[in-house]
Amino acid sequence: MKTTSLGPLILLENFGHSLKAPSYLSRPKSADDISAAFKFAKAEGLTVVLRGAGRSYNDAALNGGGIALDLQRMNHILEWNPASGSITAEPGVTLCQLWQTVLPDGWWPPVVSGTMTTTLGGCLGANIHGKNNFRMGTIGEHVMEFTALLPAGAEITCSPKKNGDLFRAMIGGLGMLGVFTSITLQMKRVYSGLLNVRAWNVPDLETHLHEIAESAPRHNYIVGWLDATARGKGLGRGQLHAADYLAEGDDPDAARTLRVDYQTLPDKFFGLVPKSLLHYFMAPFMNNLGTQGVNTAKYILGGRAKTYRQSHAAFHFLLDYVPGWELAYGQLLQYQSFLPKETALEAWTEMLSLSHRRSLPSYLGVTKRHRPDGFLLSHAVDGLSLALDFKVIASNRARLAQMLQDFDRIVLEAGGRFYFAKNSETSAETTRRFLGEETIARFRLLKKRCDPNHLLESDLYRRIFSN
Amino acid sequence: MTHIKPVPPARATPLTPRKRAILVGASSGIGAALAKQLASDGWTLALLARRADRLAALCEEINASAGEVRAVSYVHDVTDTASVPGLLQQILADLGGLDLIIYNSGIALPTGFKHYNFETDRKMTEVNYIGALAWLDPAATVFQSLGAGHIVGISSVAGDRGRVKNPAYNASKAALTCYLEALRNRLSRRGVHVLTVKPGYVATELTQGQKGMFLVISPEKAAADISKAIRRRKQQIYTPWFWGWIMLIVRNIPSVLFRRMSF
Repeated sequence: MKTTSLGPLILLENFGHSLKAPSYLSRPKSADDISAAFKFAKAEGLTVVLRGAGRSYNDAALNGGGIALDLQRMNHILEWNPASGSITAEPGVTLCQLWQTVLPDGWWPPVVSGTMTTTLGGCLGANIHGKNNFRMGTIGEHVMEFTALLPAGAEITCSPKKNGDLFRAMIGGLGMLGVFTSITLQMKRVYSGLLNVRAWNVPDLETHLHEIAESAPRHNYIVGWLDATARGKGLGRGQLHAADYLAEGDDPDAARTLRVDYQTLPDKFFGLVPKSLLHYFMAPFMNNLGTQGVNTAKYILGGRAKTYRQSHAAFHFLLDYVPGWELAYGQLLQYQSFLPKETALEAWTEMLSLSHRRSLPSYLGVTKRHRPDGFLLSHAVDGLSLALDFKVIASNRARLAQMLQDFDRIVLEAGGRFYFAKNSETSAETTRRFLGEETIARFRLLKKRCDPNHLLESDLYRRIFSN
Repeated sequence: MTHIKPVPPARATPLTPRKRAILVGASSGIGAALAKQLASDGWTLALLARRADRLAALCEEINASAGEVRAVSYVHDVTDTASVPGLLQQILADLGGLDLIIYNSGIALPTGFKHYNFETDRKMTEVNYIGALAWLDPAATVFQSLGAGHIVGISSVAGDRGRVKNPAYNASKAALTCYLEALRNRLSRRGVHVLTVKPGYVATELTQGQKGMFLVISPEKAAADISKAIRRRKQQIYTPWFWGWIMLIVRNIPSVLFRRMSF
């Protein structure tokens, strides 16, 4: 009986709870366990997907009917050097573990995602960016070295100089070339547990994009909230948050603010509602009218620009304030597009107007400033990105699918790009058009070299690289 | 076991959910009609049967009319029970999961009123009942661990009563009906649905040349009824519906009369 030797099929989900894929779960503790899993998969004729915290919005960590290699048990920090700020960790280490290890010594991860629950392996696989992409690039730019196990059996070490082609392909390579077994990152020196934050409203899309681009060079971080329900003159209005590190000596209480317990997010909202229950209170507002009301209130309340100090964790990990926030949507889908700064205004005006004409407004829009990078499957541009969250319900699926196809066309015509940790509907044809034949051919060549038996496959890989 | 896989079917995305089904016994009759019906209902299908050429033609027809790969064929003989677990695993990997399995394989070998033939009786039992166990036991294991799924067995009105014409055929279908009922009782509490289908006379190769048939329906009509019953999550259906009433009477004919009838 072949099936019994695999253990039961477990139903795994994407982060947005909008996709389910049954898989045989394997939870390795060491590189030897991973090798054994590859041998087993080959003997069974099955494919393997790598999975970390399962925070991808799409099918990046799903492999229906195949094996899912859950790397969360490989979660040890192998070496931390507080003098140089270099840290070596296993792929299942989360960003939460990472910052909690380094902050008390006066360091902070140079690039973090909007949630701290993601794993380093996942962060490298997607080559994540943060609110400082325009300044610090992607996380891959701070990787000094990594070791990886290739499905064919070899363990290799890569750095920008050593095996540089694989270094630039495996980072952002969606876990399709090999498994990171240890990752060495350079942290950034900080002199306080606080950031200086400035928040101000922007009345329309043109101002919104102009101010992000103009302000970015003066700040360490910048991020925009975009009220995607606003239309007419207020189309694209929102609020910008810019943040800066404190210089040495600016925080008289640095010893305290750098402590982990100072950074920790509150457990209750307004001292009353446990945050784990908050998503139940959000759900009733998750419709066109409710969101419009909430967004308008948020915009009006943010009317006066303000500056304040905020902890690193509170500024960066907004999403973690409400654990399970995605449940308020029921099923969630995110569409993120990256556009050159010259074409962004026109393209997003068209997209937002389209979403209103079709009564399919996004409930949350987030804007960021970006810079290009040298990784093979790069999503970045010298420009801006807009991430739009949509609630998926049975009655809007077909219309939403049609609209996202129209979005794809607008983005491609404007010279834009996409990010494989987010979009769940990008087709192989769209992927070919934005990455280019040559890039795909180079990736396939490396795939052949690292994984000749095609053991590593995800539903995402099948979707975007199918012939 | 040969495996013909032209292109794997596309996987689900949040905006294009896909339901996946295995149909065992798909090359002709109710199976072929059901394959076309389910494909037009949007199901992605793994079609299984012995006859490779017919299966390939059926897949081609379905995929051409859908404009995408919606059916994949697997050549399989249900009496080759040893190959089932491996094949099931392969189909799960090819489709990306499983939401429905339909066991439709069935044969009725002619047997004379006064004749007894162990070989043909055994063959019918192997195809109609043992094959069902070989497929539905591991499928039940999968669905039970997922806490979801749909199992459909194509039994027959013939399983409702032991009649003079074909004892082993009646017995094989009675066994299947009883097994499906037991599966339902086991699995309904685990989120898995089990449907027993009891067709009356359907114009298929199985019934071709049979005498004394009445109220015959087309396989397409039977397929439409089955598809509807799957959507409505029925436990048992007769197709066409009036066989329910006929069999209510037949089941209640006292033995003293029934054993004198040649029905």
